[in-house]
This record gives sequence, structure tokens and C-alpha cells, in this order.
Amino acid sequence: MTQKTDVIIIGAGPVGLFAVFELGLLNIKCHLVDNLDKVGGQCAELYPEKPIYDIPSRPVVTGQELTDELIKQINPFKPQFHLNQQVEKISKTEYGWIVETNIGTKVEAKCIVVAAGAGSFVPRKPPIENIESFENKNVFYAIRDKSMFNGKNLLIAGGGDSALDWTNELSKDSNVSLIHRRKEFRAAPDSVSKMQELETKGKIQFLKGQIKTISNKEDSKIIIEYENDKERSQIEVDYLLPFFGLKMELGPIANWGLNLHENLIKVDTEKFETSTPSIFAIGDINWYPGKLKLILSGFHEAALMSQEVFKYCFPDKKNIFRYTTSSKELQKKLGV
Amino acid sequence: MPKLIIKDRSGKINEIEFDTNFTLMEILRDNNYDIEASCGGCCACATCHVYIDEKWTNKLKNMDDDEESMLDQAFDVKKNSRLSCQIHLSEELDGLEIEIAPE
Repeated sequence: MTQKTDVIIIGAGPVGLFAVFELGLLNIKCHLVDNLDKVGGQCAELYPEKPIYDIPSRPVVTGQELTDELIKQINPFKPQFHLNQQVEKISKTEYGWIVETNIGTKVEAKCIVVAAGAGSFVPRKPPIENIESFENKNVFYAIRDKSMFNGKNLLIAGGGDSALDWTNELSKDSNVSLIHRRKEFRAAPDSVSKMQELETKGKIQFLKGQIKTISNKEDSKIIIEYENDKERSQIEVDYLLPFFGLKMELGPIANWGLNLHENLIKVDTEKFETSTPSIFAIGDINWYPGKLKLILSGFHEAALMSQEVFKYCFPDKKNIFRYTTSSKELQKKLGV
Repeated sequence: MPKLIIKDRSGKINEIEFDTNFTLMEILRDNNYDIEASCGGCCACATCHVYIDEKWTNKLKNMDDDEESMLDQAFDVKKNSRLSCQIHLSEELDGLEIEIAPE
């Protein structure tokens, strides 16, 4: 079933969130889509604990605090979130646009606002020759159905939470080897001690090194070659599960026919509209002469974009400018 | 002005001048070297990975735990691997030789 709203915002980072506020003041309703399982974008995913010093009036605020407070600020406008999914396809309709995600969510809106930062977070793939040809056969970057690994030989690569959690979990029903470039891990201390206990008991095997090559063996097995201090060794397994964190890439947005400037979406600086009318781009994903990738700039862009989106949503209405400080009606919307 | 000697991914070596008070990542990015530095320099990704010429490794401040942990997400990590956002440039680093690590 297709849901209907005024604006669909792609990306629930700080700029996408603040756009809900600016649009909300103008009575414009929003849905947001994000590839991550939480809101806040880079602020929440990459540096939740790191301090940010250049938000006006906040001498210091962490990425997570900024996210939490934005959520509080936009709460009166009841935005709808579609997390854990990526917009794959957009198509023009009489009403505006239909946006479709990889898990089948369909939302129809008057305008699209792309606030996708540096793009979607996707698994970081080891730069190994031919690894693509093994993906979804012998190589998996995420695990959906762990029962497929029962009784199999697995090589898990990485030293973070995902690598260790899956090592501990999958060792119950599979023969797991864990490979990492050093014996220290940046995962939660509990998971690290559990893994070390499993190793001591001989339930898992730890290999020090970095994976270098992958090749086919008969019986659908694979051979992984790895290197430690210039010494190469091999291991034969059924599956390789690399967990090297996430990286960002533009993804499907690149195929929507918008004018780009080095992987960024070109916009004008009056309305922040792209080369396609009624599609806007704000925050780190856009480009215009003089662009600075600051959260501050994204907030400004959100406010100006909203003025133009108003015209698409209410073509017959006049948008009379007013302040939250003095407008009783705006205050009512905010519930204050 | 102090200089850096930089080998890019194609093997080409160039000299660039640097201002102190900047990080190596900031200077590389300003000179249009192809490093992603997606987190902007707060040691929260591993996309500004470089190799430091062995002659210079001792002259740099030691890596802290944060940087060492982030390197776990990089590939082709070597003994002389560093994240360029964590290298604060100073006069003493005049002539520093580095190589941009593969993507």
C-alpha cells in the first residue's frame, strides 16, 4: 500500500531532522527514510560521543546529544520514520513522486528532499581481487539467517563488535576462526572476554593477520590466504564473513538523473532545488559555489528549501513570514 | 614554508608546502589528494589512511588507542600505517615523506 504525505526526506541525519521542523512550521508533513537502524546519521553512527563545537549557542554538544535534542524539537510535528531501508527508485506521478525502498515501502509525496549526507552507509568490503564473485555465495557482509552456517567452517574477519559478537554467537553451531590484524579488539570488553574464553576452551581459533586473497576450491569451499608480518598462510573454509565497519556511498541517488558535481547534487542557493523541479537537496550531499559542509549550513538550507516546498504543497496559499517567538499559531503547533 | 613529500596511489611523488597548525589530512584534502576522510577528521572512520616513511615514524607522536582501533577498519595496514587526521603538522616535520594507502 502506498502511503501519502507532503514531503519525503531521504536521510535522517541532523539536517534531515531539522528540515522536519522548518517544514512543520509551514504545515508540511514529512516522512523520513534512512538506511541505518537509528536516526542521527553520521552524528549518531560515526561519532555519537565526540564533541561538536560549532553549533550556534551550543559551546559543546556530542553527536548523540544533538540528535536527541533535534528529535525533541521536531516531535510536535509527528514525523514518520522508515528506518533500515534505502530508497531505490523514484517515479513521477500526477501528485508528485512515489519513492520506493529496497524492502518495498512506498510513499507518495509532493516533493523529495535529499538530505543524505555522504550517502548511505554500506559495509566496507576488503579490497581483495574477485571478492565480488564470491559475494552472497561464500562471502557475506551481514547475516540474515544464521542457520545456513550450522556445521560449517567459517572465517570471521575484523576486530569490532560485529566480528566478536558473531564469533561468539556462531561458535555454538559452527566451526569458527576469527582473523584480525592484532590481538587487541575494539569491541565491548564483555564480548572480548567471552571470545578469549572460547579460544582457551578450543571452541574457536584465532588467527593473527590480514586477508589477502580468496580462491575457489572444489565442493564449494574457498581458500583464504592471509598475511602476518610478511608471512603468508592459508585456511580453507565454507564461508568468509568480513566485518570492517561501514562506509558511505552515494548509492541509487546517482541514477535519478539529477545534475551532479563530483558525486554531489547541484542546487541553486535560493531554493536548494536540484536540476529536477520539486526535488531538493540540503546538507553535505549538495553542492553550490562556496558550499561548506557544516551542520550549520544544512540548517540554513533547510529553512530556505521549506519556503519553496510550501509553494508546491499549497500552490494557492500565500506564505506569510512570522517568528516562533511571537506567533501564537506557531507556538500552538509546537505545543508550547 | 615547510614541505611534505607525498607519493600518491599511482606512485607519483610530489612536494607540497604546508602550514603548521593543520593536520596532515587537512593539507592532503586541500591539495586535492584523493582521500575520503569521511568523518571529517575526528578519528571516527579509517578513510585517511597513509604510510609514513620509516625514517620519520619515530619523529611522530605515538598513536593513541583511538587511532589504533580505527585502523582495524582499514585494509593493507602496515607497521608504518597512520590516520593522517591524527598527525598534527609542525616545523619539525619539514620534509616528512608519506604514501597514500590504497582505497
